[in-house]
Amino acid sequence: MNGLMKWRRPALGAWSGLNRLNIFDDEVAQQLLGTSLAALSHASDLLTGRVPALDVFEDKDNYVVKAELPGMKREDIQVSFHEGSLSISGERKSEQKHKDAEIYRAERYYGQFERTVTLPTAVAADKVSAQYKDGVLTVTLPKTEEAKPKQINVSVN
Amino acid sequence: MTNTTVEQNTQPATERRANTPYVAPDVNIFEAPDAFYLEAEMPGVGKDGLEITVEDREITLLGRRHADAAPGQALVRESRAADYRRVFELDPDIDTARVTAKIDQGMVTVTLPKVEKVKPRKVLVE
Repeated sequence: MNGLMKWRRPALGAWSGLNRLNIFDDEVAQQLLGTSLAALSHASDLLTGRVPALDVFEDKDNYVVKAELPGMKREDIQVSFHEGSLSISGERKSEQKHKDAEIYRAERYYGQFERTVTLPTAVAADKVSAQYKDGVLTVTLPKTEEAKPKQINVSVN
Repeated sequence: MTNTTVEQNTQPATERRANTPYVAPDVNIFEAPDAFYLEAEMPGVGKDGLEITVEDREITLLGRRHADAAPGQALVRESRAADYRRVFELDPDIDTARVTAKIDQGMVTVTLPKVEKVKPRKVLVE
């Protein structure tokens, strides 16, 4: 349970600072921690909500990418597809919605974000579509005919 | 990590450590002269999945995600499947009978009006 006391999210995550300073060689980090600094930094960013969490799904016809973007306006989300990479970017804007209100507790993250996903097979770029519902962006990327798995009949002589 | 100490101060260890199937949504809380406003992030929750209860000067936010079938095989999964839950103690000034809430694009806004104070009144001297 939380009381209604003042609290603000710290400005920087410890791991992203470490990553920027480049104290460790990434190879050393791999051996010490069993994971790369970039991966740790990414995990920290995810936990603090600095980057939206992504899910990627695949079936025989489509790739589906979902991103958690609560409380945004549709026009503040940009989706683009270029050379096999899907990019989701935008800005989470802080707006003063409540009259004469002072912030009491600030955990939500505001600012710009960008996530890029490179898809393993060819996608029909002109058929990519996106939908935003209940704070989740869903991008559907149909595979090209060439990229779809094909059943090959085995003929017996 | 810097976050850990702060989190320990604000979220009692019991709630963190207990292996509950819930995740705590990030919130912002505002105070205006006449009300508190609570904003909670619950992506993947619609109006049907949101349940808010006020009891014994506590407010509980519960958000259930859509039970959508995964659109195929998952290659990457960063989102958490757990539902959202968080409990807040209410300030004595809050008029619990007039609490209202709405959800828009996975963002819950709860309005908690304060009890209307009796205005100072001049007493007529006869």
